[in-house]
Formats: sequence, structure tokens, C-alpha cells
Amino acid sequence: MAVILWTDGLVFLLSGLILAFAVYASRRPHLSLPWRRVGQSRSGMISAVILICFVSIGLLDSFHFRPQIAIDKGKPIYSVEVLSAFDFLVETMRNHTERTYSSPFSAYAFSRETVARDGVQSRIYPRLRYGGADLADPGRERIPDILKRSLVAALEGIGVWALLAVILVFRHSGGKSFPDAASSIFRGETEIPWNAMLGTLLAIFLIAFPAFALSSHYHVFGTDKVGQDVFYLALKSIRTGLVIGTLTTLVMLPFAIFLGIMAGYLGGWLDDVIQYLYTMLNSIPAVLLIAASVLMMQVYIDAHPALFETMAERADLRLLFLCMILGMTSWTGLCRLLRGEALKLREMEYILAAQAFGVSRLRIVTRHILPNVMHIVLISVVMEFSSLVLAEAVLSYVGVGVDPSMISFGTMINSARLEMAREPMVWWPLAAAFVFMFAMVLSANLFADAVRDAFDPRTRVASRRILPVKDEA
Amino acid sequence: MIAYLIRRLLYAVPILVGVNLLTFALFFVVNTPDDMARIQLGIKRVTPDAIHNWKVAHGYDKPLFFNPGESGSNFFTDTIFFEKSVPMFRFEFGRSDDGRDIAQEIESRAGPSLEIALPVFLIGMMTNVSFALMMAFFRATLVDVWGVVMCVAAMSISGLFYIIGGQFLVAKLWHWVPISGFEAGASSLKFVILPVVIGVASGLGSGARWYRTIFLEEIGRDYVRTAKAKGISEIRVLFHHVLRNGLIPILTGAVVVIPSLFMGSLIMESFFGIPGLGSYTLDAINSQDFAIVRSMVFIGSVLYIIGLMLTDISYTLADPRIRLQ
Repeated sequence: MAVILWTDGLVFLLSGLILAFAVYASRRPHLSLPWRRVGQSRSGMISAVILICFVSIGLLDSFHFRPQIAIDKGKPIYSVEVLSAFDFLVETMRNHTERTYSSPFSAYAFSRETVARDGVQSRIYPRLRYGGADLADPGRERIPDILKRSLVAALEGIGVWALLAVILVFRHSGGKSFPDAASSIFRGETEIPWNAMLGTLLAIFLIAFPAFALSSHYHVFGTDKVGQDVFYLALKSIRTGLVIGTLTTLVMLPFAIFLGIMAGYLGGWLDDVIQYLYTMLNSIPAVLLIAASVLMMQVYIDAHPALFETMAERADLRLLFLCMILGMTSWTGLCRLLRGEALKLREMEYILAAQAFGVSRLRIVTRHILPNVMHIVLISVVMEFSSLVLAEAVLSYVGVGVDPSMISFGTMINSARLEMAREPMVWWPLAAAFVFMFAMVLSANLFADAVRDAFDPRTRVASRRILPVKDEA
Repeated sequence: MIAYLIRRLLYAVPILVGVNLLTFALFFVVNTPDDMARIQLGIKRVTPDAIHNWKVAHGYDKPLFFNPGESGSNFFTDTIFFEKSVPMFRFEFGRSDDGRDIAQEIESRAGPSLEIALPVFLIGMMTNVSFALMMAFFRATLVDVWGVVMCVAAMSISGLFYIIGGQFLVAKLWHWVPISGFEAGASSLKFVILPVVIGVASGLGSGARWYRTIFLEEIGRDYVRTAKAKGISEIRVLFHHVLRNGLIPILTGAVVVIPSLFMGSLIMESFFGIPGLGSYTLDAINSQDFAIVRSMVFIGSVLYIIGLMLTDISYTLADPRIRLQ
């Protein structure tokens, strides 16, 4: 049975909007020109390749369903567990749960257990249920087995990559012979830096293919306290991070754009009211405002358990509310920028001309002002993505972030904090969260820089970054 | 300028009233005064009498915003909102819901908070500006390129990793300083030094990169070209001309947070066990102590408004062309 959670619906809506805009813009040179400039940026396109990988995992993870477990008198019974298409793909990883901690690639548990064998009790490191389970003598066979498996998978990865590269060369040969087209791409003579993008893709494939191949026989990033595969947790966290980074802005954009332009263009008492509103919201310490709102929402959710059929639905609604709350506290910065820009545009000759011709206010706003502030909106949306992903981790630490049952970078870090104090130390959950979060935020930052350089007419840094959480760390 | 500042102060009053209204609304949508009494009394079976007594003792036995039983101005004044808000404008915070004097708590906790926040701010500012000046000096060379790469990488790491990593390396592995805790007086140094270093390090990436773009923008201006044409050395241009003119945008971002330094840092203080205002607030959120949350929100807003005014004043000091009216 397919389940469409609230955030899924919004994610699909957002993807649809982006696709529609892409089609619309590709036919209009003035809209596609800045994007072509983004396409020429080497770091921008490298980070775009990485981001696309993250986004495709996140999108796969957004197709939710409830598996059928039995048929009772012709009526199917569905499990209460909500799974996603991504869960289905990595089923082995999800189901391979051990009893408790085990280190990466280990075949043995992390701590000793007392085992009774032939009436004699001994304390040994027991074998894992799944990690390296098909090895007779892990001490001798483990390393060669890992190397063999990763080599095979890496070759597969190179094969897929080569196929993609050949397709790309054919598409871009444009009358040239195949070797000529290939050499112009690989020597970086094309407008879009295809060689850098192909190189990035090769690097990703060389890591991802072996990692996925090994994940069905080992725990690539070990297991956590309850024995769940940490690699699986890290991959699932990607969706949470993406949802917070994108939906928050989707929620806040209408407010910021509408109020900002109204205040700047219409002015008067409306301007005073809107200014009062955002100064007031700004002056409340952001964490306190978020904490109060999240606690309020939690009480509401606790008081209405009947509204949610499954735990996933409850966690999902909390995630959506968190996005809304973060959006409510972070629209002020963009609103102020837009108000300033609208104030400036109002005095421009072409607006005055439009007014003189008797064009209605609504039409002036939609035809003349809105298109001319869109670059500010776009820049602040992409710049804000990474700070929102980082803010989620901090908020989850304070206890006002996502639902504790929801897998996210914040909950991973939060539980890993206590594991660092163990002797010997359990470092892999924290390492996994670090690696994935760093890759995601870094590529988002680099991509945002490329977008900003391409869109900002002054090619200077947007001077204010809108941070939902005021530099708490 | 005096007239301008007075006008700003008067403008602050409706903002603070609004802030209070919002805090009240947010808090009491979830909690009724009865819930608060139950949380604070902390016993499983509380008699209605005990709840009533607690509410009377703490002044929560009235209607929230409007009192339909009263007429005239008492319609508004004889309510929880009015009676709890008005003393705050006189900076009388009263007692927390568990009976301790809030003003006294704030007094004793502001010290530790400042001991961390102030050095983080000052040292952080200096390191950021020095790094930015260095990158601007070596602009378009490998130093600059790698400096920017390091900055972007550093700002992509969550602040939590800086704290966890720093605590692990310095305190747990090398045993240079205690992992957490605090002592008053001279011995506080060993507790304070690690949070300060981590605070400076975690802010370096974004700060230095932002200041660099400001300096580079100034370097492109005509007066810099003129100065160089006159034969002034690069170093002197950088420190005398560029640094001074770059100060205005830097002041915008920096001065507004100075008053808020009192509030301390939520995350840092709770990780390092510093008994400051940040951890005080966090505890109050967790125990739903409304009196403390209300007071801290109020103080935070007041400090923010003071920060905005200080920013305006600092503009006039940094740039004589700007006049406040």
C-alpha cells in the first residue's frame, strides 16, 4: 500500500516545480543564461554531481509504502512499518542487525560475551550474525575476501561509468569523429567542464559500488548500540537533511516574498507593521523561539495520538512542523533584503513609466518587481540550505529537533556523543555522520557559491547570511 | 542624535510588548496554569487545593489576557499577562517557578557566560580579521586560493564536531585540561581555555571568508589605486586605508551581538558544564520553568535592541559622513 507522507508530497511538489521551471527557462535565453554560467563553473559542477547523488538517494527514500504481510479473508493486512523504495533497495543492510556494537568490517562482536559451550563457560568475542558470516576463518580470510569483493564491484563501477562516458561523448560529438569528441571532452575544451564531472562521477562510483557490494556481507561503518548498520543510518539521514534544507525555504518563501515586496513597494502603515513584525521576531533569541514552538507542537502531537496511524506518520508530521518553525524564524532576513530591493526598484524609471501608463499595482508587482528580485531569492535559498542542515544537528542535540525515532544526522551525533566516552571508544557512528554530513554541506556550499557568482549582478558576496540559529556553536 | 536615540528607545516599547505577548501565547497554548502547578509541585497526586494554593502564591490564579469579571482598565490589568509583564519593564524578574530569585541567578551566572563569550568574540574577531587581511594581501595567489578552500571546508563542519573533537583530543586523549566543569576565580582559566579555543576555531571559516570579500571589495576602489599611485606601500594601504573602510560592514555584523554576549552560548555551556546563562536557559526550557524562559526572552530582546542602537552609534563613529536624525 503506497503511503504519501506530508513531506513526501511537498518533496514531489518541489521537484515538480523545479522541473517545470527548468523546461520553462530552457526556452528563454535571459533565464537560462545565468544557469549556463553556473554550468561553466568547475567547482560548481563537481559539487552538483555530488549533490545529485545525494538528492537521488533522498528522492528514492521519499517513495513510501507499507508492505503487505498477510491476507485475511480477502482483505490484505499491511504492516505498521512504513518503508521506502530506498529501504527496499538496501534491504540486506536494513535487516542485518546485530545484537549490539561491532566495529567496521568486523566479523566479531565488539565486546566479550559469556558463552556456554559443552557445559564450560568462557568469555569470548562471539561471531556476528551477518558481518563476515560466510567466512570459515575470519582472521585469515577476511582481508582477501574484502579486497576481492571490492575489486569486483569497482570493476563493475568502472564499467557503468565507461558506458555513461561513451553516451556523453556520442551526444556531444556534434559532427566530429568519436576520438576527436572524446579528446575535446577529456582535455576540458568543452563549455561545461565535463571532464571534471566525469572524474567526480568515477570517484563516487569507485567508492559507492564497493561500499554497497560489501554492505551485504559486512557492516561497512560498523553497527550501533542496538545493532543497526551505521552505513544504513547515515544513508537514511540524507533524506532528513535534504527535507529540512529545502522544505523550510519552500515554507517560508511565500511569506518573505509577499511581505517583503508589500512593505517595500506599498510603504506607508503596511511597511511599519511588517517592519515591526520582523524586528520583533528577530529580537527573540532564535533557539528560544524554536524551542517554545517545538514543545508546543510536541504537546499537540501527544494529545492527539489518534491522528497518526503509524509512528512514521507522527515523526513525519513533526519533521514538517520543524520545517515550518525554522521557516517562521528565518524568513525575516530575506524579507528585509526584499523590502530594501523593492524600495529601490519603486523609484526606477521603468516602474514610474508603468505607473504613468496606468498599469495596475498587482501587475507592476508581478511583471516588473517580482522578476527583478528573484535573483536575491534564489541566492538566499541556496545559501541557506547548508546552514539549515547544520542547524538540524544542533537543534536535535538541544532536544527540540526531529522526532527521536527519525534517523537524522542530529540524532546520530547525539547518541554518538556518549559512545565517545566508552572504553575502548566507539568512534564509527560519529565518523559516519561526519563524513556524510561534511560531503553534503561542503558540496552544497560550493554549489551555492557558484550560483551566487552567476546570479549576483554585483558579483559580490551577499553580505548577509540568514542563519536560523544564531551562531550557537 | 540624542533625539534619535530617544525615539529608538520609545520604538522599543511596542516591540518588547509584542515579544512578551508572543512568549505568553506560545507558552500558554500548551500549558495551562494548572499544568504548571502540577509540574512544579512534582507529586503524582496533587490535590486541587494544593494547585490552587500554588497558583495564588505565584500569581497564576487570574485570567490570561482579558478579565471579563472586571470593567474599565482592570479588564486588561487584572490578568496574568499584565501582572507578569509590567514588572519586567522595571527589570524586576521576581522568582522562578521553583522559588529562587531570578535576578540573583542571572547575576551569578552572567560572569561565567561572559568569561567564555567575551574572549570568543574578541579573539575570534581578531583572528578572523588577520586571516582575511592575509588572504587579501596574497590575493590571487596559492595562499589565497587555499585559504578560501580551507574556509569553505571549515564552515561545512557542524559546530558539534568541533566541540566533540576538541573535547576528545585535548581533554580526553592529551589530558591538558579537564573535560568539563567550572570554578570561580583564577583557577577558571583551565576550564575556560578549551571552550574559547573551540569557539574561535568554529567561527573562523565563515568569518574570515566574509571579511575577505569585504576587504577585496575595498581593494578594488579608486582611492586604493590613488594611494598606490602616490607610492604608498602595500602594507600601509592595507592597514591604513582598506582596514578602516572595511570596518563599516564589519561593524554591522559585530556590534549587534555584543550585548547578547551576556546570554552565553547554549551548546557550548551545556557541553562543558559551565554554569552560565546559556545552560540556565536550556535547563529552564527542559523543566518548563516559564518565569525563567520569560525573563530570558525579555532580556535577550532588550539586549538585541540595545545592540541595534549601538550599531547605529558605531556607524557615526566609524564614518563621519553618517548622521543620525
